[in-house]
Amino acid sequence: MKKRLSIFLVLLLIFTIVGCSPKSETPQEPDGLQEPQEVSKQGGTILLSTTTSTEDSGLLNFLLPKFKEDTGIEVKVIAVGTGQALQMGKDGEADILLVHAKESEVEFVEEGYGIERKDVMYNDFILVGPKEDPLGLKDKSPDNILEGLKVIEGEKFTFVSRGDDSGTHKKELNIWKSADIKPEGDWYLEVGQGMGDVLKITNEKQGYTITDRATYLSMKDDLDLDIIIEGDENLFNQYGIIPVNPEVLGDKANQINQEDAKEFMNWIVSEKGQSLIKEFGIEEYGQPLFIPNAQ
Amino acid sequence: MSYITEGFKEAVKLLITWDGEVFQIVSLSILVSTSATLFASIISVPLGTYFAIKKFKGKNLFSRLTYTMMSIPSVVIGLLVAIGLSRKGPLGHLDLLYTKEAMIIAQGLLVTPLIFGLTYGLVKSRGNTIEKVAFTLGCNRLDTIILIIRELRVDILINIATAFSRAISEVGAVMIVGGNIKNYTRVMTTTISMMNSMGDYPMAIALGIVLLLISFIIHSIIYSYSREE
Repeated sequence: MKKRLSIFLVLLLIFTIVGCSPKSETPQEPDGLQEPQEVSKQGGTILLSTTTSTEDSGLLNFLLPKFKEDTGIEVKVIAVGTGQALQMGKDGEADILLVHAKESEVEFVEEGYGIERKDVMYNDFILVGPKEDPLGLKDKSPDNILEGLKVIEGEKFTFVSRGDDSGTHKKELNIWKSADIKPEGDWYLEVGQGMGDVLKITNEKQGYTITDRATYLSMKDDLDLDIIIEGDENLFNQYGIIPVNPEVLGDKANQINQEDAKEFMNWIVSEKGQSLIKEFGIEEYGQPLFIPNAQ
Repeated sequence: MSYITEGFKEAVKLLITWDGEVFQIVSLSILVSTSATLFASIISVPLGTYFAIKKFKGKNLFSRLTYTMMSIPSVVIGLLVAIGLSRKGPLGHLDLLYTKEAMIIAQGLLVTPLIFGLTYGLVKSRGNTIEKVAFTLGCNRLDTIILIIRELRVDILINIATAFSRAISEVGAVMIVGGNIKNYTRVMTTTISMMNSMGDYPMAIALGIVLLLISFIIHSIIYSYSREE
């Protein structure tokens, strides 16, 4: 019995090898469609360090295949918080950054870590909370985030914060600052996680939180949370793109793919890149998630 | 490279000055993992012993399943507990998700099969002679189990320490069911993971050092205890 089985296995092995080999020797015809592109446009690979919001919303999954079609350049995405994204740039571990914390970005370029910075697009933040809106913020101040936060702080109502030094977290802290409030206490929960997790926790605790619209819309069906405040200028959020300066790596400067990184920057601020950004999200949510505004 | 050495320097400073936040995170970690290991041990050690000496049909398959359950990934446990405890889940009315209790439940469920399996394997290979002695002494089944546990206590303790190490070092389950909420459910592993994504290394390194120290202390105690025996 065992003998038979082993003979069978050996035969199977032989057939597999024989079956495979001709394919690898002759050019593959069915795959031929892809071949010419890769031959005509020899593209490299760049490492894009970006925030979780662009990745989670699906924007990059939508843009990057089109960019590859145009240029042959493969973009590998590492989605982290803005804090870590900038750190990766400083350490020379990424070729290009797409982040949203304008002050830190400008500083990053001024300190020589980045070559230049260009505006790409903006999205907006919203305050979401329990459907029944226990604080009645929707009636009191549907478009005034500062008033809303004052009420939340006054009532010591549960507010969930990213607390992870990300762009969204910095944005949130800035808004608190504008409202002249130092958020502290039992009601203010710092979670140190991504937007999706924060929304889930807000949902479980039935509190309020500030989120980007894209992440909220993509998770809306699973949440008992409604948009409470939107449209306040304080809630707009600008994205910038920065190719990393190869000099940060000193004598290892050639490890950074500066040329392709620049090509990606130029593509995303080009007419085509911008109109694609505007298109994204309409099909699924009936509204664009990011508004292009490159100059 | 300099940020690594800087990180270490800062880490040592945080530990020496016994920073309040570090202290809180470390004590919560120890509380959660100790409770989880304790509950799991109370259930798993006697049960593991019982099943090891009992003869029943399908014991081979049972062994294999037991050993499989020992390596269940912590994120899977976290996912199951989170689904069960979420507001829409079957136990949603308890309001337990994102609390310490949820973390203890998840880690408890994680190490229960581990302690069970380790005890089971230990008693299966070394309990035979003790069982025979118990038989000649005229012990009933309960006495036999107690005798075996007493005789093998050092090895069982080492197993429990192993389980504790697994509990305190896992990040998947506590991250999912605890939520890493500052001052409430933030433990060492979730902090390290978070600090890494924030690019803030000193605290992460400090907690990494504490994790190693805890392991070292526990195993030193057990080691000296087992030498005395």
